[in-house]
Amino acid sequence: MTLITALLALGVLALLFGALLGYSAIRFKVESDPLVEQIDDILPQTQCGQCGYPGCRPYAEAIANGDDINKCPPGGEATIKKLAELMGVEAKPLNAAQEPAVKRVAFIREDECIGCTKCIQACPVDAILGASKLMHTVIAEECTGCDLCVEPCPVDCIDMIPIPVTPERWKWDLQAIPVKLVE
Amino acid sequence: MPSLFQQIQAGALWDFHGGVHPPVRKTQTSSKPIANLPLPDRLYLPVRQHIGVAGQLSITTGERVLKGQALTFADNSMVVPVHAPTSGTIIAITEHTSPHPSALPETVIVLEPDGADEWRPRQPLNIVSCDNQTILERIQDNGIAGMGGAGFPTHLKAGMSQPVDYLIINAVECEPYISADDALMQEAPTTIVKGIDILCKLLNPKAVLIGIEDDKPIAIAALKAACSQREHYYVREVPVKYPSGGEKQLIQLLTNKEVPAGRRPADIGIVMQNVGTAFAVAQAVLDDHPLISRIVTVTGETLVHPQNVHALIGTPVAALLDFCGFQAEQRQKVIMGGPMMGFTLPDLSVPVVKTTNCILAPTATELPDAGPELDCIRCSSCADACPATLLPQQLLWYSKAKDHDKLQEYNLADCIECGACAYVCPSEIPLVQYYRIAKADIREQQREALKAEQAKARFEARNARLEAEKQARLARNQQLAAAREQAQQQSGATNAVADALTRIKTKQAEHAAEKTREQILAEREQKKQQARDYQAQKAASAKQDEPTQGALSADDSSATKNAAVAAAIARAKAKKEQAALTADTATTNASDTEQPGNSEAIDPRQAAVAAAIARAKAKKEQAALTTDTATTNASDTEQPGNNEAIDPRQAAVAAAIARAKARKATAKLEGEE
Repeated sequence: MTLITALLALGVLALLFGALLGYSAIRFKVESDPLVEQIDDILPQTQCGQCGYPGCRPYAEAIANGDDINKCPPGGEATIKKLAELMGVEAKPLNAAQEPAVKRVAFIREDECIGCTKCIQACPVDAILGASKLMHTVIAEECTGCDLCVEPCPVDCIDMIPIPVTPERWKWDLQAIPVKLVE
Repeated sequence: MPSLFQQIQAGALWDFHGGVHPPVRKTQTSSKPIANLPLPDRLYLPVRQHIGVAGQLSITTGERVLKGQALTFADNSMVVPVHAPTSGTIIAITEHTSPHPSALPETVIVLEPDGADEWRPRQPLNIVSCDNQTILERIQDNGIAGMGGAGFPTHLKAGMSQPVDYLIINAVECEPYISADDALMQEAPTTIVKGIDILCKLLNPKAVLIGIEDDKPIAIAALKAACSQREHYYVREVPVKYPSGGEKQLIQLLTNKEVPAGRRPADIGIVMQNVGTAFAVAQAVLDDHPLISRIVTVTGETLVHPQNVHALIGTPVAALLDFCGFQAEQRQKVIMGGPMMGFTLPDLSVPVVKTTNCILAPTATELPDAGPELDCIRCSSCADACPATLLPQQLLWYSKAKDHDKLQEYNLADCIECGACAYVCPSEIPLVQYYRIAKADIREQQREALKAEQAKARFEARNARLEAEKQARLARNQQLAAAREQAQQQSGATNAVADALTRIKTKQAEHAAEKTREQILAEREQKKQQARDYQAQKAASAKQDEPTQGALSADDSSATKNAAVAAAIARAKAKKEQAALTADTATTNASDTEQPGNSEAIDPRQAAVAAAIARAKAKKEQAALTTDTATTNASDTEQPGNNEAIDPRQAAVAAAIARAKARKATAKLEGEE
């Protein structure tokens, strides 16, 4: 009799706790960032398509589905390292041979522009202003330096120019200041 | 337990962690009067000399400007304009080496003084009668930015909406060599106090705390005397220690409060202004005298007369050094700022700006270059010296490893870059430089993250827009199609294509109905009958016309056997030809070509012979015809054949006649063609 009581009591308790756990698992579920979102956050969002996908998000989806993590030249080694950490895979060297050492932005030589709007259609971030048969120009602040506008230009009037270093962007140079005093 | 305010009133002082005691070396300049520098040949005025954004240029090259005239104007609150330090001509607006460690070129207005020193009209304010907004505008328009070193726009700090408990005037001047503030306090204590009065009117604090290091007895006495009429102004002597002049360190010294990481002093009810800024505020508000000059300590053992000078903003450093008897050594370095936080100048054409408090030209023995960097020995002297209670060793490791997450975790952002850690380091590691590089990297990374965020948003917005446009286009097309259909139905004009299709369908149906066997037979019988009548008529007329032909036909009829043989041959030939024909004329209707076959099957033997011959003829004809005119209906060309292949019994004669006719017809047709 005692045996049955104990079993019953334990069984009821087990059911109770099970139900409680089950309920709290649903009720207090922590919304974790989906993998694609996390990968997308790491990617540099230049939308340049150098990875072979039309934009950063499609590449993020591809990585989530098992594509290589070393196809992003604008992100460079830092991005690969972070992706490797996130995906739990070995960090590989960058796939593409060329890595742009300096950040660049597109610049339209405005007197040569014929106003064909081809670059506007190519720009993935709507950073080019202009209208048909009117001069176009690049909003340098919004340009990601993806190069996608250079190819479609029929008169080759788009240059990719390096962003100039300003005192705000300048990185300190070691040994610039002597700090040691002689007593 | 007395309250904080009571303790402060009682003269309590606290201490901050760490700090170092480098040799101060201020006496060589602090006891001398401030000298006035002669007008230099050129003044180089950077358009941006503060933290914030550059103003818009309000002058053009070649324009004559008066002393105190604004050269740029403010279009938002982060702008502090610059002014002409003396009257003269703007000879260029160009790029010039900036007074910044990077020495990158910056936009500079080059002014050639004319020596007249002619003032623009000035309108001093009466601070009793005007409101705070007017005073703040005056402070901004007269180009006042913090003169302690950072150059934060003063009107922003003085225009805080948060309640302020303590206004702290920073007169500590803790960095070695520098005595510019000391000299200012000795010479103009009353103007400084007037400036503090204006700041008090703007901020309305409970108390004003003036912090001065206790190695400046003359300045302390002067300020105490000037403040004697103000009961809530407290002059506090702080012990000599570097960096007690740091904002957060001085707050801790005077009020025992700590500014939380990532926050500003205003968040804990404290505003700090440099004593030089207070002086500049008094000048700007009371005299309408913009910030066009400042006191600069020119010192170092390479100078014959180290001293404090009144230098116009924009004066090249070379002019200051020459005035003080500069005797350059080999590989001479000149430092802008103090030995702890200053930076070496790339060349001496760099101008004095609003934040320049010292030009230091030391000898190589006085301030030698740092020795080679050795490995960290984990002595932890740096941690003991750090006034921000950070862990410099850890920060060094993470800076070298570029582990930005860890650096942020170890509060690198709280580093004030005072250089105390590097000063005490026995391995001569330039710790601050590592932190500065790491800070710049982190800033760059944050900027890029922000940019990536924006790019992503724009990319997604663009995709959404393109998708919406596509949908709109689809919807519009569908709508237009529907509208067109409706309009047609309403106008009663039925769809032409649909009509044509139905017509074709009905025709085909009719055609199919015709093709039923009975109908075909009946039709054919009818045609045969007609043809028979016609033939009979023709035969009758032929007999009448040509009796010889009738005799011939009679011969033929007697030789039916021969005819049958000939017919068989003809039929074989016809079959061959037919095969060729069907191959040639793909357009010819199969059923049509078979019709003659059917008719033959129906006809009796002799008729079949004649018919076959006739058909062969017809086929030949048809072949010729169809190759030329593909559109010609096969059934039409075959009709003669049908007509001829009709005769029943006495067909032999008729067949012969028919053959003749056919031959004639062929000849005729060929002739025609």
